[in-house]
Amino acid sequence: MTATTQILRDYLDRLESELPFGKKEKREILLEAEDHLIEDAQRDEASGMDADEAERRATRRFGEPQALARRFAEERAPAIELRGVTKRFLTPAGTAYTALRDLDLSVHVGEFCAVVGPTGCGKSTTLALISGLEPPSEGEVLLDGEPVTGVSRAVGYVFQVDAVFPWKNVLDNVATGPRLRGVDRAQANRLAQDWIGRVGLTGFERYYPHQLSGGMRKRAALAQTLINEPRILLMDEPFSALDVQTRTLMENELLQLWSATKSSVVFVTHDLEEAIALADRVVVITAGPGTVKGTYRVDLPRPRNVSEIRFHPEFARIYQEIWNDLRDEVLVSYERSKRVVS
Amino acid sequence: MSVLSASSRSPFVGPEPTSSDRARAQARTKRRVLVNGLRVGVAVLVLGLWELGTSQGEAGLIDPFFYGRPSGIASQLWTWIQNGTAQGPLWLQVATTLEEAALGFLIGVGLGIVFGAALGRIRLLADVFAPYIKALNAMPRVVLGSIFIITIGYGIWSKVALAVVLVFFVVFFNAFQGVREVDRVLLNNARILGASERQLTTHVIFPSALSWILASLHTSFGFALVGAVVGEYLGAIHGIGIVIATAQSTFNPNGVFAAMLILALVAVTAEFAMTWLENRLIKWRPNSFTDIQHI
Repeated sequence: MTATTQILRDYLDRLESELPFGKKEKREILLEAEDHLIEDAQRDEASGMDADEAERRATRRFGEPQALARRFAEERAPAIELRGVTKRFLTPAGTAYTALRDLDLSVHVGEFCAVVGPTGCGKSTTLALISGLEPPSEGEVLLDGEPVTGVSRAVGYVFQVDAVFPWKNVLDNVATGPRLRGVDRAQANRLAQDWIGRVGLTGFERYYPHQLSGGMRKRAALAQTLINEPRILLMDEPFSALDVQTRTLMENELLQLWSATKSSVVFVTHDLEEAIALADRVVVITAGPGTVKGTYRVDLPRPRNVSEIRFHPEFARIYQEIWNDLRDEVLVSYERSKRVVS
Repeated sequence: MSVLSASSRSPFVGPEPTSSDRARAQARTKRRVLVNGLRVGVAVLVLGLWELGTSQGEAGLIDPFFYGRPSGIASQLWTWIQNGTAQGPLWLQVATTLEEAALGFLIGVGLGIVFGAALGRIRLLADVFAPYIKALNAMPRVVLGSIFIITIGYGIWSKVALAVVLVFFVVFFNAFQGVREVDRVLLNNARILGASERQLTTHVIFPSALSWILASLHTSFGFALVGAVVGEYLGAIHGIGIVIATAQSTFNPNGVFAAMLILALVAVTAEFAMTWLENRLIKWRPNSFTDIQHI
């Protein structure tokens, strides 16, 4: 057997759609996978098996395409890597405040990584370092293996507070990224129109942010960030200001948008349920100065529905496991805040 | 693909107004009529008392020789309109003052924005010039008028210069503050979206500072008018300021009041123009300020 036949072809197609890489890397991986698959199938066939059955067995041995894509991603260089990062700030009083201490974190290509920790543990600082908005005091920050020297074009950042420009209407706000990157107005507006549709704001193009609800402003912010097609998406408690219903809707929409792009995500939140519902991996940060206390794999099936996944038996187990770690840190942080008040 | 698809209809256009909505609208109109009626009433009361108090001449409650009287002010205005002032036709005096104020305003605003933005953006410049600017601002700048008349002369440019000096500081401080107060999150967002340093200025810093600058324009046209009139007062050939000075030196209080009335009209017109401009330029701002008046 020389040519790949239908069963192998299907498998490879599914694998292709799951791989979170660029075109060139995808082709390399697919060629490699195809070689292995064909080799396995030929060995089976040589032992006297029916050709179709041989192919079926070969693909079964390879495992689910989704899991395989994840293994490939984990073998490659991580999309984001922080090595021994420390961040100190100079307070107005002249003393140094350590926000992060000796933090190690790596996020694989296409991975959705949630970072949880008590308030003031340096979660937002972590994102500022990855984005290149702030340099680390010590240690290294790498994106795709390259040290970060400034704001990278590959990065998208959804801020905790409203960051849409109040003097631009929704269309201009969403079109800002392409416009700043030199796309002409007509093309930028076409792109923006498309993204406005994807986040469900069609009909509100001419509205200014102050005329929109908090949830709609967040959708505009999401479109504004995603229009640049960032390979690395940083989100800083993006939904914390929304009511519970809107929040669940937005979380589901985020998962849909993300699964279409396969970007690598760092999602900062203080809500453990949200973290588990969304992420492939949850990282717990200690009370400040922040450092990694533990990382937990979330092996819940995808595509997920955020409002239903909470009832999955595995969800409760993971929650229990992470909460045991997180609780101590939250208590430390709470005791400290009480001391400051008294 | 969105779960919460928004309809294309404007969410602010509600259904037809109900009867209670109409009743509320009627109540609002009634109230507006009442307010305007009372406003006219206040003017009539003040002017009437003034006129009545001065009707007995020297023996009355108010001596019209010192305080003038409304009918006298009106007839003075009529005389000026018909026969012109001592300095020539009235329209020429108004036009001269307006020209000086407008030129001073434009130049002062331009310089104020440029310097305010530059010092707001460049920390070193701000640190170096801060003490000088504070010192200059603390000085009563009207006295500079004398210097300008000596160096530039009796023409309009000495008045323009005084107006520029007065306007500059108001706009400067607002532009400076506006640039400094730009939301850091918005700046960071623009940087992430791909803005260069120059694009940061045009896309974020200038629009954000604009509301501060526009707020300063309201007061600064008033200052421009002060500069022009005080400059004329110190020495000029034409202008409302010199008309006031002449009325003062001939013990003509009606003339002083009549000139003040003209200045007030000019200032109010300018104020309307400024509000119109502001609403045109920053239509993105919530209009709660104007709404409050009608509640």
